[in-house]
Amino acid sequence: MSTLHIIPLAPFLFAFLIPLFYKKFRHIHTGWFVLPLPLIIFIYLLQFLPLGGTAFQPVEVTVAWVASLGVDFTVYLDGLSLLFALLISGIGTLVVLYSIYYIANKRDEPLNNFYVYLLMFMGAMLGVVLSDNLIVLYVFWELTSLSSALLIGYWYHKERSRYGAQKSMLITVTGGFAMLAGFTLLYLMTGTFSVQEIIAMSDQIAASPYFVPAMILVLAGAFTKSAQFPFHIWLPDAMEAPTPVSAYLHSATMVKAGIYLVARLTPLFGGQAEWFWIVTGFGLLTLLWGSVSAVRQKDLKGILAFSTVSQLGLIMSLLGMGSAAFHYDVIDGESLYTVAILAAVFHLFNHATFKGSLFMVVGIIDHETGTRDIRKLGGLMAIMPVTFTISLIGVASMAGLPPFNGFLSKEIFFEGALNITTLDMFNVETLGFLIPVVAWIASVFTFVYSMMMFFQTFTGKHKPEELPKHAHEAPVGMLISPAVLGLMVIVFGLFPNMLAYTVIEPAMQSILPGLLGEGEQFYVNIYHWHGLNTELLMTMGVVLIGTALFLNFDKLQQTAFYLGERDPLNGAYDNGLTGLISGAQYVDGVQMTGKLRHYFTYMFVFLVAVLSYALIRTNAFAIDLANTAQISPYMFFIILALSLSTIAVPFMTKRVPAIILVGIIGFLVALIFVVIRAPDLALTQLLVETVMVVLFLLVFYHLPELRKESFKPVFKWSNLLISLSVGAVVTITGLSAHAFSHGHDISPISDYFVENAYALAGGENIVNVILVDFRGLDTLLEVFVLGIVALGVVVLIKYKASGREEV
Amino acid sequence: MEVLMIFAIGILFTVSTYLILTKSLLRVVLGVLILSHGAHLLFLTLSGLKTGAPPLLGEEAGSYTDPLPQALVLTAIVIGFGITAFMLVLAYRTYKVHETDNFDELRGSDDD
Repeated sequence: MSTLHIIPLAPFLFAFLIPLFYKKFRHIHTGWFVLPLPLIIFIYLLQFLPLGGTAFQPVEVTVAWVASLGVDFTVYLDGLSLLFALLISGIGTLVVLYSIYYIANKRDEPLNNFYVYLLMFMGAMLGVVLSDNLIVLYVFWELTSLSSALLIGYWYHKERSRYGAQKSMLITVTGGFAMLAGFTLLYLMTGTFSVQEIIAMSDQIAASPYFVPAMILVLAGAFTKSAQFPFHIWLPDAMEAPTPVSAYLHSATMVKAGIYLVARLTPLFGGQAEWFWIVTGFGLLTLLWGSVSAVRQKDLKGILAFSTVSQLGLIMSLLGMGSAAFHYDVIDGESLYTVAILAAVFHLFNHATFKGSLFMVVGIIDHETGTRDIRKLGGLMAIMPVTFTISLIGVASMAGLPPFNGFLSKEIFFEGALNITTLDMFNVETLGFLIPVVAWIASVFTFVYSMMMFFQTFTGKHKPEELPKHAHEAPVGMLISPAVLGLMVIVFGLFPNMLAYTVIEPAMQSILPGLLGEGEQFYVNIYHWHGLNTELLMTMGVVLIGTALFLNFDKLQQTAFYLGERDPLNGAYDNGLTGLISGAQYVDGVQMTGKLRHYFTYMFVFLVAVLSYALIRTNAFAIDLANTAQISPYMFFIILALSLSTIAVPFMTKRVPAIILVGIIGFLVALIFVVIRAPDLALTQLLVETVMVVLFLLVFYHLPELRKESFKPVFKWSNLLISLSVGAVVTITGLSAHAFSHGHDISPISDYFVENAYALAGGENIVNVILVDFRGLDTLLEVFVLGIVALGVVVLIKYKASGREEV
Repeated sequence: MEVLMIFAIGILFTVSTYLILTKSLLRVVLGVLILSHGAHLLFLTLSGLKTGAPPLLGEEAGSYTDPLPQALVLTAIVIGFGITAFMLVLAYRTYKVHETDNFDELRGSDDD
């Protein structure tokens, strides 16, 4: 256990204290108690940042957990996980601060729930990025899905919240399950769950037939989590969550878990054509789909949701393009294709800053005006000047305008997309030209929706009559967090190289290991001015065309494209879910008839089917007449009597003879116990049987006479058929098992009891010793069961009341 | 003896299955009882019959019959007794309340 282990666990432990704080200090907002935790984690993590320009040394600490299964809680801190951990704790701090002002401490506001879920998420997300073991990673991964669903459904009295929570849960957990299957395949190929060990073996396993299936399954997990097309539909509905949650989970951190996984596994899968095309292709498709859909939204959070989808697609596609670097040697830490990885890391960071601040700004607008509908908003520039300023920075960065950080990463994105067209493998020659084209078109739409949300909100005519609240500027506390993020947008826009050595280079090193020789490192230099090159021309084109489109916004508003808002893919999800439920209800209706006979039939038929299949499959049938105990004449008669009285039972039409016959069977079984040298069993059986017959006669004195069974012939024969096949299968299994045990040398485990009964327990009756000493706890529980039965019997007999009366 | 025993056990299973599939409460209870007899015997038979003296150390025999299955079956007999007693009382109570012992008529009673 090290301090690094405490980082992901601390939020979970801290969450236990939240209900206490909530109850004891009701008048203080619970958020104030939570605030120090992410701040401490953030400050602690800052010390790992390499400041001296030296290469970053990964830290690895292992605590054995389930060592026999290869599941260890290994914390692995390298450039990539450090970047994510800093984002999670840093933005976490700002979000908690913001939430204190966003969610008022009202009497019936379940703040304790909110902060418990939020801490649960924080711990889980830190666990995802810090864990080196795939199984531990998976557990934390699913915990993020769970806490995300809980936070989306925080206002669970709203129908749309519940819908959004269920949708996000179903989609991300399904993906997570596929991912687990992928991890299992990786384990099958390598024999380890450790990411670093698996990566070290990547050359060997590339030829395995499981390689591509594992890749696709893992990507399914990453794509559902990071809202890639066509799984992105859960993200817009997740906007029902309180805005601090949207800013934190659904834009800055959780949705980037998929990005993290893809980046983390790039050394393993990168360099494969399948990986290149799947990651790049889905990324570009998502980028385009998200940016086009965002233009159709009227809800500010809806625009940001689709914008997030589109930006996630952008980062994803960059990781795909960058994977091509594995085919080329890197000269002095620079190559044509590593630029894409640089852009991915840089944009990941930038997106967290500008989108986080924009979400918080939208939350402020919602909070102070009561609506997020851009058709109702307008003219807020004069009323909310601070909010306006922060938005201006965020939107300009999102649209890719200088001098903000979004401009820089967008330029590098274009550079990466252009570079990739020079690639002469993976069939890029034929389709590669599409990559920069799609990137450019998507950027135009990004520009349009950025303009839309900005100008519709802050300029134009203020319409106070349409707003539910009287609009005014937000309190200072609420403005701090978005202002800090906005400040970062400017600072890192003006001085991007502050990030280059500390964050970007170490992260690139983790994504692209093995490309550098000993002592080498990536050299990143980010400039604003590269001369009048293609990238700059592309950006100029985006601005020109985007502005032209935006100026014609009035015409666009009339089109069917704009009037529809919902993503067409939602239909597939909704119909699929309805179909699943009605299908389940149909099957349930057919199967669950409420008749005991049917349920028993299922069980018996299943038993027969499984046993016969196993017998045929293993060709197990055998009969062994040689190794049997000698049969004595009286034993022969006992067995004969047993069989005859058993067969006679179904033919009894009176209850008393039937009970007496069953009693006879019981006593014959007791006799058999005597013969086969089981005195204890015989004694018990005699006692039990005597009590049982008395009990039967007592109870059946009150029950009606047996009637003739009034089955239709078809049922009668099917019953007979089922019983005969059950009997036959049991007989054959018994015979085969008997023959098998003599054909193989199997030593019984009971020798231990024979040898130690006296030595350890001081008893001569071995059976008794086993029951009361070796397995004493079992026997104690058995007594407990009998106690429950006795209680049930007393209640059933003594309390005569029927359901409706008072008991 | 084992082979003969297994055939007898087969008969026990067949009859109990048939009884369980009928509609009458009494027959079902009897069927479950016979089924447990069959299971106990099957268990003991497969562990080998009469392979030595009774598992009592006082016998001072060279080999003993396997004590472990006997201990398990002893537990099973007692639990089986408890279950049967409970089922009987349940049947009694069901009949008192609903005045029928036919499963088809008991299905979906309005009183539930």
